Amino acid sequence: MAFLHAAAKHGSSETKKRSWLPYLLLLPGLVWLFFFFLLPILTLVSTSTKTPGLGIGEFDQTYRFANYWDAIVNSRAQFLRSFEYAGIATVLALAIAYPLAYAIAFKSGRWKNVLLVLVVAPFFTSFILRTIAWKQILGTSGFVNRALIDLHIIGPQTHLTASAFAVVMGLTYNFLPFMTLPLYSSLERIDPRTIEASGDLYANAITTFRKVTLPLSAPGVVAGTLLTFIPAAGDFVNAEILGNPNTKMIGNVINARYLQIVDYPTAAALSFTLMFVILIMVTLYIRKAGTEELV
Amino acid sequence: MVDASTSAHGDLKLSHLTKTFGEFKAVDDLSLTIPEGSFFALLGPSGCGKTTTLRMIAGLEEPTSGTMHVGNTDITDMRPYRRPVNTVFQNYALFPHLSIFENVAFGLRRRGIKDVKAQVDKVLELVELPHLADRKPTQLSGGQQQRIAVARAIVNRPALLLLDEPLGALDLKLRRQMQIELKWIQTEIGLTFVHVTHDQEEAMTMADTIAVMNEGRIEQMGSPADLYDNPKTAFVANFLGQSNLIKGAIESNGADSLVVNLFGQKVALPRSRSAAKDSSILVGIRPEKFRIQPEGKEMSGNILTGGVISDVSYIGVSTQYQVEMPWGQELIVFEQNDDGIPPLDKGDKVKLSWEPIFTFGLDGSQDANAGSELIADEEE
Repeated sequence: MAFLHAAAKHGSSETKKRSWLPYLLLLPGLVWLFFFFLLPILTLVSTSTKTPGLGIGEFDQTYRFANYWDAIVNSRAQFLRSFEYAGIATVLALAIAYPLAYAIAFKSGRWKNVLLVLVVAPFFTSFILRTIAWKQILGTSGFVNRALIDLHIIGPQTHLTASAFAVVMGLTYNFLPFMTLPLYSSLERIDPRTIEASGDLYANAITTFRKVTLPLSAPGVVAGTLLTFIPAAGDFVNAEILGNPNTKMIGNVINARYLQIVDYPTAAALSFTLMFVILIMVTLYIRKAGTEELV
Repeated sequence: MVDASTSAHGDLKLSHLTKTFGEFKAVDDLSLTIPEGSFFALLGPSGCGKTTTLRMIAGLEEPTSGTMHVGNTDITDMRPYRRPVNTVFQNYALFPHLSIFENVAFGLRRRGIKDVKAQVDKVLELVELPHLADRKPTQLSGGQQQRIAVARAIVNRPALLLLDEPLGALDLKLRRQMQIELKWIQTEIGLTFVHVTHDQEEAMTMADTIAVMNEGRIEQMGSPADLYDNPKTAFVANFLGQSNLIKGAIESNGADSLVVNLFGQKVALPRSRSAAKDSSILVGIRPEKFRIQPEGKEMSGNILTGGVISDVSYIGVSTQYQVEMPWGQELIVFEQNDDGIPPLDKGDKVKLSWEPIFTFGLDGSQDANAGSELIADEEE
């Protein structure tokens, strides 16, 4: 009896030890989040309601919430443009990435790993460099522009760069891997026998795709579109390098407010608004997609 | 156009069906007829071509040559979704994103059937799981998923139901139970079942007819009892149950019986049970047909003397002996523990006897061990 009692006691101290272990493991992450996420966000919120002080770069806390109103009204066009460009780029990336991910997951055989490395390969060079490269490729004397002119697809004086087209194309290109990889991982997890079963149960190829493959890859579609849309909406590099003054996105405005005009409160208000709007859109999107548990 | 997926029925006829993967002949000129309404098992070790045959019938694999007919309908080049065939897949392949109800309704909906609900409810009733209709497949146990996979297939009333190792993922006890249940369902709805398995006990429990496959060909086909009692090749004798196959030479060829010399000892077997082509013969005796006695006791029938027990396993209902014979071969003997006599011991000198009618004879040019090593592989 005594032995049993001792054993039970030992067991309970074991569970106690286990109960604080998860918190200990979480601690470094929580500390990181506090200093590099929570604190900056609070600073951002606090900065967003300040007004200019005496010197350049000095601001006083006056709780001026009208900063938000002014910022949104003044940058309405850029806000809308950001979501429009990001939206188009996301749809295009999905259209390109889905067949690609499908082919890698189901049809690539022994080339699978090589193809996956190729999808990630662009990351080995800098984001900025790759975007500048597109400026060359699409440039007036670049082969794409010349070929399109020679084929009379576009007029002789048309430029592809410094246009909305180039910006959206740049966004699509730059975020394509973020769309491809989650799509691939959810497609790859599909048991090929469920696809065979669908054929066995009288569904032709199109119905099988609609009723089985697509729903089963929905988590990848949701993850991929989020990973593309969110950074694309806040991007300023593509608009900066491939755009013109009429294709400025909200990221360009925030960038300019911070670094050129040194108007921190407006920049902070815009940043916070962008974050908030994206958060709402994402929440609505995930609700509608109904795959919260799957992501 | 008449939709074959519902109208075609009748016997399944496979004629000269061949499938090669590169150099490898998975199925080699296979011809057989599966009568409508029967429970047919394709039995064989892995790689024998049984799954490839099933996948060709389902339309998931294209035959290299040969034809397949259901009744008078040629299904050889038919798309899988047009065939009057449904499959129960090895790992069930239920649709994880759909409820159990929608899984079962899938085939009905594709064919635009009207009273989906009534039919799904009926078949869920048949597999005794109507209360799980709203669950998702992952919320079900293995045995439940198995039944839903069967329900999803039979709700379509196909001319043929294909079962690809359907019980492979279940534990032994559940497997036994499902064997009985599947057999019952088959009798209840009267569909033709074609069942692929490597488990000889499973095939024997359920099937009316078993085709034993080896290396892309059918070794032998028949009822379970016929295959067990009258194996025609060493492979079948070893793969379906256990056999003692002893090499011998036919000495005299009487009208009704043969006398065979087994390493100097003479035994008899009915002429009708011998498949030997010349004087070289493999004499087969099933382990439970042997009687075992200490050396010196009187025995009748065929007798082999000079054995020494090399191993004893007491299994409760029976005792399993390994007996080393003077010519070096180990014979297996199952002795029912029904006489109250304690088992013999290792090292005891014994003789074996059996009734001549229990002896079968095989062509002596075969490898006596063909098929026996495969069983051990499959059990893993």
